[in-house]
Amino acid sequence: MAIIDLSKREVHCKIVYYGPGRCGKTTNLLYIYNAMNSEHRGKMITIDTKGDRTLFFDLLPLNLGKIRGFNIRIQLYTVPGQVMYAATRKLVLKGVDGLVFVADPLKVRKERNIESLADLGRNLEEYDLKFDEMPLVLQYNKRDLVDTPVPTMSVDELTEDLNKELKIEAFEAIAVKGTGVFETLKEISKQTVHHVATKHLLNKQNP
Amino acid sequence: MPDYILTSEILNKASDILVNSLINAGVRTVLLIDSAGNILVNCGQESEDVDSISLAALAAANLGATSQMAKLIGEDDFSLLFHKGKTGNINFGRIGNDLILVTIFGEEVSLGLVRCRITDISESIRKIFEG
Ligand SMILES: Nc1nc2c(ncn2[C@@H]2O[C@H](COP(=O)(O)OP(=O)(O)O)[C@@H](O)[C@H]2O)c(=O)[nH]1
Ligand SMILES: [Mg+2]
Repeated sequence: MAIIDLSKREVHCKIVYYGPGRCGKTTNLLYIYNAMNSEHRGKMITIDTKGDRTLFFDLLPLNLGKIRGFNIRIQLYTVPGQVMYAATRKLVLKGVDGLVFVADPLKVRKERNIESLADLGRNLEEYDLKFDEMPLVLQYNKRDLVDTPVPTMSVDELTEDLNKELKIEAFEAIAVKGTGVFETLKEISKQTVHHVATKHLLNKQNP
Repeated sequence: MPDYILTSEILNKASDILVNSLINAGVRTVLLIDSAGNILVNCGQESEDVDSISLAALAAANLGATSQMAKLIGEDDFSLLFHKGKTGNINFGRIGNDLILVTIFGEEVSLGLVRCRITDISESIRKIFEG
């Protein structure tokens, strides 16, 4: 549910990072928070349990500067990935304008990725939204683990599992080091702003 | 769920109502937000000092969680949501389908008065944004 403020010439959008528990959603936001100048980002809010697990969501507000004279303000959210937090996940998705699905390459998480993507699809449906009508990108995180003895999945295997039908843009990432984090953010922001703008602004400005 | 297109006319109309009825009655800060946590209108003396972006996100989440709890015990929704502090209080009210009015006020105003005023203006606010 984007907000277009014509008086202040601002567009506000909500982008949600989705994916199974421990895939690296919070790490993406933390990296962005630490890398961005405080003029361009607000406070990061985290509601978590005593451990470092996200209980409700993380929120990071960003100011991405101007596009076509409009100031672009984006709120990044993450959802709690654990199966038991289904209800809070659905709440965080309310009013979502764009999505990043973060996949975990650990072999043992293969089914978790697939199940989480299906869960996302079901939740979107409940809000009358569809995958193919939403700005959505994939991130294959933790690529650093490929060079370790930990059993991981190849990009081909992840593509087969998650992107065979969607055929959306996918980024390889190492969120702990920041690799691929801004590439992912840039692409989803671009798609989201474009989506909101074509719905409301461009049509009216150049009929 | 709709996107909201805000014009200065809409914003002025809404903040006039909120200022006249709530701020002038002594309420410190009023935030009108949507259920996704976006801010539509922000007015009051402390609106510069309060971290309104965080507040809006948490308020929307709080109301979302509360109405899920209501459903778990067989209620539609709880009609009142209020947190009392030592010097500051916060009240949440739903307006229409997707709007939430957050009011922050101190000792000098009574909860009853705030609630009364909110009831009075709810319909006009709803009409401005939801038609
Ligand atoms: N090796 C490696 N670990 C990562 C990477 N990204 C995140 N992690 C780790 O994975 C764990 C879970 O990350 P977190 O961001 O909390 O996952 P979330 O549940 O999706 O929010 C943490 O211990 C992170 O340090 C990565 O790119 N490589
Ligand atoms: Mg997390």
